[in-house]
Amino acid sequence: MTSTEKRIGNAASFVDERLGAARWVKKSLNKVFPDHWSFMLGEVCMYSFIILLLSGTFLTFWFDPSQRDVIYEGVYEPLKGLKMSAAYASTLDISFEVRGGLLMRQIHHWAANIFMAAIVAHLLRVFFTGAFRKPREFNWILGILLLTLGLVEGLLGYSLPDDLLSGTGLRITSAIIQAIPVVGTYISFFLFGGAFPGVGFIPRIFTLHILIIPGIFLAVITIHVMLVWYQKHTQFPGVGRTENNVVGHPILPVYMAKAGGFFFVVFGIIAFISAVASINPIWLYGPYTPGQISAGSQPDWYMGWLDGLVRMAPPLETHAFGHTISWNILIPAVIVPGIIFTGMALYPFIESWITGDKREHHLLDRPRNVPNRTALGVMSITFVMISLINGGNDILATNFDLSINQIMWFSRIGIFILPPLSFIITKRLCLSLQRADRELLLHGAETGRLLRLPHGEFVEVHAPISPEKAYLLQSHEQLVALEIEDVDGRGVRRPGALKNKLQRRLSKAHAVSVPKVTEQELKEIENH
Amino acid sequence: MKRLSRYRRHKAAGPLLLIFALLAIGTTFSVASATVKESQSVSARSASIDEGKQIFLKGCSSCHGLNAEGGAIAPSLIGVGAASVDFQVGTGRMPMADMSTQAARKAPVYNEEETAALAAYVASLAPGPSIPEESALNYERDGNSAQGGELFRNNCAMCHNFAGQGGALTQGKYAPTLMGVEPKHIYEAMITGPQSMPVFSDKTITPAEKLSLIKWIKAAEAEPNLGGATMGRIGPVTEGLLAWVLGIGLLIGIAVWLTTRAR
Amino acid sequence: MSNELTPTDNSTPPQHAPRATDVNPVSEKRAEQQIAILFALSGIGSLLLIYSYIYVADDVFIFIPIMGDQNAQQLGIGLGMAMSLFFIGIAAIHWAKTLMPDKEIVNHRHEFRSSDEDRAELVQTVKEGVAGVALGRRKLIKRSLGAALGLFALPPVLLLRDLGPLPGKQLEQTNWKTGTRLLTDPGNRPILASDLEVGAVVQVLPAVDHPEERPLSDIAKDPVLLIRLRPEDFQLTPEKFAMTHEGIIAFSKICSHMGCAVALYEQQTKHLLCPCHQSTFDVTRGAKVIFGPAARPLPQLDITVDSEGYLVARAPFNEAVGPSFWERNSQ
Repeated sequence: MTSTEKRIGNAASFVDERLGAARWVKKSLNKVFPDHWSFMLGEVCMYSFIILLLSGTFLTFWFDPSQRDVIYEGVYEPLKGLKMSAAYASTLDISFEVRGGLLMRQIHHWAANIFMAAIVAHLLRVFFTGAFRKPREFNWILGILLLTLGLVEGLLGYSLPDDLLSGTGLRITSAIIQAIPVVGTYISFFLFGGAFPGVGFIPRIFTLHILIIPGIFLAVITIHVMLVWYQKHTQFPGVGRTENNVVGHPILPVYMAKAGGFFFVVFGIIAFISAVASINPIWLYGPYTPGQISAGSQPDWYMGWLDGLVRMAPPLETHAFGHTISWNILIPAVIVPGIIFTGMALYPFIESWITGDKREHHLLDRPRNVPNRTALGVMSITFVMISLINGGNDILATNFDLSINQIMWFSRIGIFILPPLSFIITKRLCLSLQRADRELLLHGAETGRLLRLPHGEFVEVHAPISPEKAYLLQSHEQLVALEIEDVDGRGVRRPGALKNKLQRRLSKAHAVSVPKVTEQELKEIENH
Repeated sequence: MKRLSRYRRHKAAGPLLLIFALLAIGTTFSVASATVKESQSVSARSASIDEGKQIFLKGCSSCHGLNAEGGAIAPSLIGVGAASVDFQVGTGRMPMADMSTQAARKAPVYNEEETAALAAYVASLAPGPSIPEESALNYERDGNSAQGGELFRNNCAMCHNFAGQGGALTQGKYAPTLMGVEPKHIYEAMITGPQSMPVFSDKTITPAEKLSLIKWIKAAEAEPNLGGATMGRIGPVTEGLLAWVLGIGLLIGIAVWLTTRAR
Repeated sequence: MSNELTPTDNSTPPQHAPRATDVNPVSEKRAEQQIAILFALSGIGSLLLIYSYIYVADDVFIFIPIMGDQNAQQLGIGLGMAMSLFFIGIAAIHWAKTLMPDKEIVNHRHEFRSSDEDRAELVQTVKEGVAGVALGRRKLIKRSLGAALGLFALPPVLLLRDLGPLPGKQLEQTNWKTGTRLLTDPGNRPILASDLEVGAVVQVLPAVDHPEERPLSDIAKDPVLLIRLRPEDFQLTPEKFAMTHEGIIAFSKICSHMGCAVALYEQQTKHLLCPCHQSTFDVTRGAKVIFGPAARPLPQLDITVDSEGYLVARAPFNEAVGPSFWERNSQ
């Protein structure tokens, strides 16, 4: 035993005698993680969060979260002598007078954009592969919570510099709060410390942005990751992979090196983008005053779809009994997002109700094998994309010689037509892919080589596929519809027959699929 | 060809073919839609009202009327002043190439002398804003860029964007970019209110304030990239796009490499 | 052909063919060298960062194709940092991929459900605990507990009361009063009617005692847009027409939808456009909404001139400006 080993051994034994950690650590180090690129998306989220914590801490050293008026006397000539808030002035100082300060601001903002993008990509991966199914419903809900928190945290973050663009965003936020019936005006006055823009908002959102929300984030992320750890990662189907095992590389050393290395890669790529591409150039926006505005005022991309929904809303307000209800704000900014997020959070339970499937699932679905779910996902993406496009309609209009009115009408109509259309198309596509899989399994892969038979006929040569591939193609379960009767054995209607009917309908739609290849068929082909 | 066909079942063949096809379509389209720049060369003449009238009759009267009284498709030019003509013709907006929603900036059709002659002719019809003197345009000396920035954000940014990059108006109209526009033309636009743009009178934005505005616009134009490529200075739309395409794109690329087995 | 491949719980994952680095010492050596080079690149990045931080002045710009003139210090620090991080990561991953053992191993899963005995024991423990508390029997405690907890929830809410003032009538009032002069913003100069040509537009604020020190909450309500048209262009009701002065019409600049500054005035079509959500207002018809999500026209300010000929407000706004709120009486 070398002296180093001895020293480490002593330290380890010191800890273990007090905590009894050896057993747990040993077990943990034996955990394995399956390899798939899409499993890294969640890690991108976690790593960007760490980058956000690091870069954000750096920024707080110089940022002055105050709405106190100051006269700017810094180095940026085009703003010299203007009255502005201390928050804006200190952000300018971070950008121009702290070496590396602008880089850190850009790292923080790019990391936030990538954080949100990675959350969405991760969510889509989990959704399309069915990783949210039992026993992982809790973690799905935590994920939705993290997404929601991210939206709020991002909004607060880009509001802090108190520039013209962020002030415009806050103005809209305050209008949304004011639109809430009965209590809206009061909530807005309490949040802003008076009539918009108030006197206390920047210091308040600063506390929320750097303390409360990151604290909640940290707690939820910890539980989220620990649950993955405890429940073990899902895996894609393949030879040797079952519902009862998990196949992959152990923590030590491979996974540790790869995951640790990947953190540096994520940080490096964000630093690279921050070095070469400008983000949120607040010195060009100017300080906020409510009387000014810029053309093409947009929120960051993850809020853009909400802005797009608000833009396409119909001009509806109810005026009655001396009160006003702004449906043009409430529907797109409160009701629709509320429905979407609630629906997302409940989806695992909804799907298990539809399929009647209460089993644990650790093998992932290939999206094509669950056409209904995949189609629902694509439908949701279409919905958000149309909203997002409308959120940038002015930018699109100027850059592609269109008219904002055209894009608005396209979105207003498209938001109702295109999502259902994309549902139908996706479902058809999934079924076609299933059919192609079936063909592949039965007849092998097309080689593109033509063969002329002695009697003159041309046939294409099909090559047999590898056993691994063949196994993969028949590893999924055949979807089956639930059988629920409206009436029981004695011809009496069951209570809740309508609910049964709905469940049966949905279950039937969910179970539409191409029949799996049977053993019999395979044998016949072989004997052929 | 035979060598090529060997690779047609290659893994990368599909994506490569797609990229190639997209490139081909893009190039064809841009070549086909490129307009041939017309350059009319009219021999230089002295800037007099008569000659201006001759040019007017030849190049403008078909829309604006023989006496500049306007018509169904073009406004009257009586009283618009020399500044208006200098702006519209000097920036190539007039004569209009086609009857689109809005006259676009392009290479001017008439040279400086012809433009001056046209301006003199139109100014002779009725009094209107005149072309500012060169000496009155010394914005570097007489302007204050911070004040100009404030004026810009109050009066211009809502249409022309916070950095003068232009923006959308209704029904396909747009506020053009202010980058690369001559100070004289910026000034003339403010006092004449061309097309959709309103007039900013000298009483509400004084000539000194107008120079500050120009100084700020020129400073914004000359500003080097302080934080990296600007992506058009049009706000978060391009930023979001870059985060997805470059950020998530690169990261997924690395993740794929990370999870494939070494050979 | 593939029937023999049935998954079993005990099956080990198929072992792949060994990597080049597993069998070929030359490959192994090469991989080692590659990793070392990657780490060295990271070191170079760190040095670039240090050099840029200390020796590159912050006003040096270098030309980069496609990107244009870049600040050298920002670019140097950023690229240095990117390199130093990125190559550490790439080196570690490359190391793991080529030289660390690539044997996949299998963990077994177990159902998460606890055994029936455990569940039963838990139920028993909880039942005993609850029985010990015996809230069911002690009604008095149960009720007083409920009351105390209910009251306990109130103080935290009450303590937040001083976050801001009560709204009162603040959202309905502006600084526009009868006889308030219209001042240019910025500049704070009064305006004569003759200062505006037809087609001109100007943003104004009300004259107050200290116009240089307006609080932002005033600027969030007070801005007004003055537009001059030919009087014959108006299609207004007589009351609204009486609120104009020689073709000059004044609207609140704060959007009736969400409060952005509505100021994109198209002189030819006489439309006002809000850049936030594209509500379009027709100036000739009293800022009637002709497109977009706004549900109400912009409030119009009644203007006239004072004895010196300067434009003044004849009366305050007769409705609340800005976005809607619950207490707003929109009738």
